[in-house]
Amino acid sequence: MTSENDSKSSDGVFPDTDSGVIGFIGAGKMATALALGFISSGLVPANRIIMSSPQSESQELKDAGINFNRDNVHVVKTSSIIIIAVKPHIVPCVVQEIAPYMKRDCHLVMSVAAGIKLEYYEKALKVGVVRVTPNTPALVGEGVSAFTLGTHCKKSVSGVVKQMLSCVGLCEEVPEKLQDTVTGISGSGPAYICIVIESLADGAVKMGMPREMALKFAAQTVKGAAKLLLETGKHPGELKDEVCSPGGTTIAAIHQLERAGLRAALMDAVETSTLKSREIGGHY
Amino acid sequence: MRIGFIGAGKVAQAITKGLIDSGITAAENIIASSPKQDHLLLTQISKLGVGTTFNNKTVVKESDVVVVCTKPNVVSRVLTEFSSDVSKSHLIISVALGVTTKTMEKALPKNTRVVRVMPNTPALVRMSASVYCMGSSVIETDAETVSKLLTSFGYCEEISESLIDIATGLSGSGPAYVFTAIQSLADGAVKMGMPRDQALRLAAYAVMGSAKLVLESGQHPDSLKDDVCSPAGCTIYAMHLLEKRGFRAALIDAVEVATLRTKELGDFKV
Repeated sequence: MTSENDSKSSDGVFPDTDSGVIGFIGAGKMATALALGFISSGLVPANRIIMSSPQSESQELKDAGINFNRDNVHVVKTSSIIIIAVKPHIVPCVVQEIAPYMKRDCHLVMSVAAGIKLEYYEKALKVGVVRVTPNTPALVGEGVSAFTLGTHCKKSVSGVVKQMLSCVGLCEEVPEKLQDTVTGISGSGPAYICIVIESLADGAVKMGMPREMALKFAAQTVKGAAKLLLETGKHPGELKDEVCSPGGTTIAAIHQLERAGLRAALMDAVETSTLKSREIGGHY
Repeated sequence: MRIGFIGAGKVAQAITKGLIDSGITAAENIIASSPKQDHLLLTQISKLGVGTTFNNKTVVKESDVVVVCTKPNVVSRVLTEFSSDVSKSHLIISVALGVTTKTMEKALPKNTRVVRVMPNTPALVRMSASVYCMGSSVIETDAETVSKLLTSFGYCEEISESLIDIATGLSGSGPAYVFTAIQSLADGAVKMGMPRDQALRLAAYAVMGSAKLVLESGQHPDSLKDDVCSPAGCTIYAMHLLEKRGFRAALIDAVEVATLRTKELGDFKV
């Protein structure tokens, strides 16, 4: 549920991406993917992004022209939208550190940490919090982000979050209880797919193809198959059948995959990641 | 149309029953033969009101369509024996596993009209899935005749002879796979506390209904499966287990093995 009270001090939709600064606490893979994705999509210029991390700035971030420092509090004071992008076990100390500086009419907090529930953040921070499960392809504008608004969020927050995350890919609002499953499928998903791509390439290399070509072909095949599915709206089973001519090469290969239990393996993967996310959340 | 059966076993009886029940041919226009040692079969088939004889040549002389329902290994001999009674006015049909149209034509006079049929056991309840291949000398109306005959006890399709071994592995042997599936589904229910007879009925109806849905909905089977699997529901849990067990691969393997074995058996014939 979102609150209807708008602060009298706001003279527009708060928080917004038109003038505010987006601050990242944490500058790891996910933070970098989102930050660079926001910049390349034109959502915000690099100088309106600030990131903090105990480690030194990566070359990538330096090249992008993003503001960088080691002080989380400074990030909070300078930003209107704060994205917590640290590992789950680091979240408690970050939250403790920034809590005293949170202002309900100035700050929106988004967290991309796996498993940790909104309730945890809301108790500690007392501002509008949004739980987000993004994934690394946000870096190239093909991410999947699922978001859930916390109870202190104004109604307008939904639009802001959607605007931000849509810049880096598919974005949908989900009930909190689905977030762990989102982790299992699209959060962890790119890792599963990388293994698939690598293995397809391995197979081709074994059969005599140069590695570089194999990798390109494998990746484009995965990309193409996904695009075909999304654009035709056909059932994946049907698309598969369309490739499998009687007595042909593909159906022979499919038989091998069925024997090897590919389907079960992928179901297992999603299930395991989902349960792990729930387990992590249970600690906070 | 006068129809004769060489052999009076299960298949002959099933087809006969189908023909009579569907009104295609009256019982008095049907005659069946079997060797003296199988006279009990003749007794059984005679209960349907058809004529019987121990003489195959009688069947051929008194029929327009002759259906050979013997064991595969005697077909050639049987055809050769009554070959002299076969004319261009006969249509000779064989339902024997693995006996090719070429084999039939070799044993019979030149230009004999032959058709090879592969039915399956649900012919006994008029739900057969039959395929048929036409020989080289058939006339225009023969396909229609065969189709009419086979439709009297189920579904039928003309097929290229090159695919018949696959049809054997699929629809020929298929009922065995499905019986096993039905029994096992029932076992599962019995394990969970349901009475056996009820479990068996529900399992069988579930299979029958699913098959009908596939045939009539035009939807992809995997899509129909999705329709049953609500998020976090019992069905998707069960499906996960089936995938772990390699259910799909097992069935693909079954059809493949049966097809290859059929080819192997066919190759042993002279």
